[in-house]
Amino acid sequence: MSRTLTLLGIESSCDDTAAAVVRATGDPKILSSVVIGQTALHGSYGGVVPEIAARAHAEKLDDCVSEALDRAGLALGQMDGIAVTAGPGLIGGVLSGVMCAKGLAAATGLPLVGVNHLAGHALTPRLTDDLPYPYLMLLVSGGHCQFLIVEGADRFRRLGGTIDDAPGEAFDKTARLLGLPQPGGPSVQAAAAEGDPGRFRFPRPLLDRPGSDMSFSGLKTALLRERDALVAAQGGLYERDRADMCAGFQRAVTEVLAEKTRRALAEYLCLAPRHPALAVAGGVAANSSIRAALDAVAQWAGAAFVAPPLALCTDNAAMIAWAGIERMQIGLVDDMTLAARPRWPLDNGSAPMLGGGKRGAKA
Amino acid sequence: MQHDVLKRLFLTTPEDTDRLGHWFARTLRGGDTLLLEGGIGAGKTHLARAMIQAMQARHGRAEDVPSPTFTLVQTYEAGPDEIWHADLYRVGGPDEVIELGLHDAFGTAICLVEWPDRLGADAPEAALKVRLTPDAEGRRVEFFGAAPWADRLASLAEVAADA
Repeated sequence: MSRTLTLLGIESSCDDTAAAVVRATGDPKILSSVVIGQTALHGSYGGVVPEIAARAHAEKLDDCVSEALDRAGLALGQMDGIAVTAGPGLIGGVLSGVMCAKGLAAATGLPLVGVNHLAGHALTPRLTDDLPYPYLMLLVSGGHCQFLIVEGADRFRRLGGTIDDAPGEAFDKTARLLGLPQPGGPSVQAAAAEGDPGRFRFPRPLLDRPGSDMSFSGLKTALLRERDALVAAQGGLYERDRADMCAGFQRAVTEVLAEKTRRALAEYLCLAPRHPALAVAGGVAANSSIRAALDAVAQWAGAAFVAPPLALCTDNAAMIAWAGIERMQIGLVDDMTLAARPRWPLDNGSAPMLGGGKRGAKA
Repeated sequence: MQHDVLKRLFLTTPEDTDRLGHWFARTLRGGDTLLLEGGIGAGKTHLARAMIQAMQARHGRAEDVPSPTFTLVQTYEAGPDEIWHADLYRVGGPDEVIELGLHDAFGTAICLVEWPDRLGADAPEAALKVRLTPDAEGRRVEFFGAAPWADRLASLAEVAADA
């Protein structure tokens, strides 16, 4: 690539607050990546507690930034730019991140680069695996689920996605319904490992429809009905019932994701990419059953399968610094008019339509 | 804020829930707040989504209506009206709701609020409470609210059978 760039990245659009320093040379390096999360609060609450207050984000951001610089062994003045998540996300968090970045840019005269949070996830396979464009991206996390063809640092084409709940949310809510600890991903997977996936047949919504749109909300309702029927019949749930339900649920999610990925891959392969690849990012990619199924689909299609390490799949600031580097490399820099955008679809091109057709970009 | 039940319905199928959403889309106006009560899987988001999409369709707009569980609040436009769709499950209490700006939206926007118990005493007095309960294959719906809602709910009979 071009000249060496070292960027500070700032991310506070969701529940976590993060800062990182990434350097792009021939081989990009993450010099530091700091995330202040909310994990300690999960247990008692039955869900991730969001940081709503902008002021709390702002305080944590100061700590994150100085620690990221310390760990990288660099001073702010040694950066080539400051990248920040400008949306989509919780308004208080996005605002405080953007304000922090603007302050640092004003104080140092460094270029400011606004990054879409989803672009950060979507470009991560280039940071970790140097994946060439265009590649197919399945972004699957707590709040998102979409297929994107990544054609450039600012060119994303959305093929489809969930029309209701994201799979990560479905895992969390399944755990809530069955009295398993949060976050739901690991606890449902652990219970499913002991269960019989054939005992409960949960629906696979939209599986028979063309295209790569998905729906996971009905799955939750079906699970609730099975649970209540068992509780009514036998006065409670046995460990075995819970394991079987988790196994049946996980199989349904896996099959829907695998089949829709197959269709998205077929659409992507029409572009005749020289190095076809399927990349997966987001916490749900940590589920071993889902991961194995996606790997198999990629192999079937003759595409490489890339899943960045989990720490770079969940929310972090290294991906924001990297996306900032990619934008700077093609001359995309912002100024002090950069605005926080709670809603910011990655792909404004695919117009949404009502009915069973293609849906537009979300978030 | 304690009100008597104004009306009860039984929704047999998901399509019945859609029809109720469409009825609300014709009825709601800026300043109305619906408090959507019920556990996980009761159909709160399903009903809200049907309303939002029907309101947008009348103005030639169409957007995805993702679950607001992670983002807490999603806002939409439908003609002159702004719609706020909130899920307060992850919110700790009334203090945190203030940070979301929901109080500013009450009284001007159309507000659809899931897990409204987090509002505590801050729930708007004029709101309509819609309680959803799964029942066999269908859903029971109960409506609670101040007197003006009794009149406004009068034409609900066309949507589904009384329960």
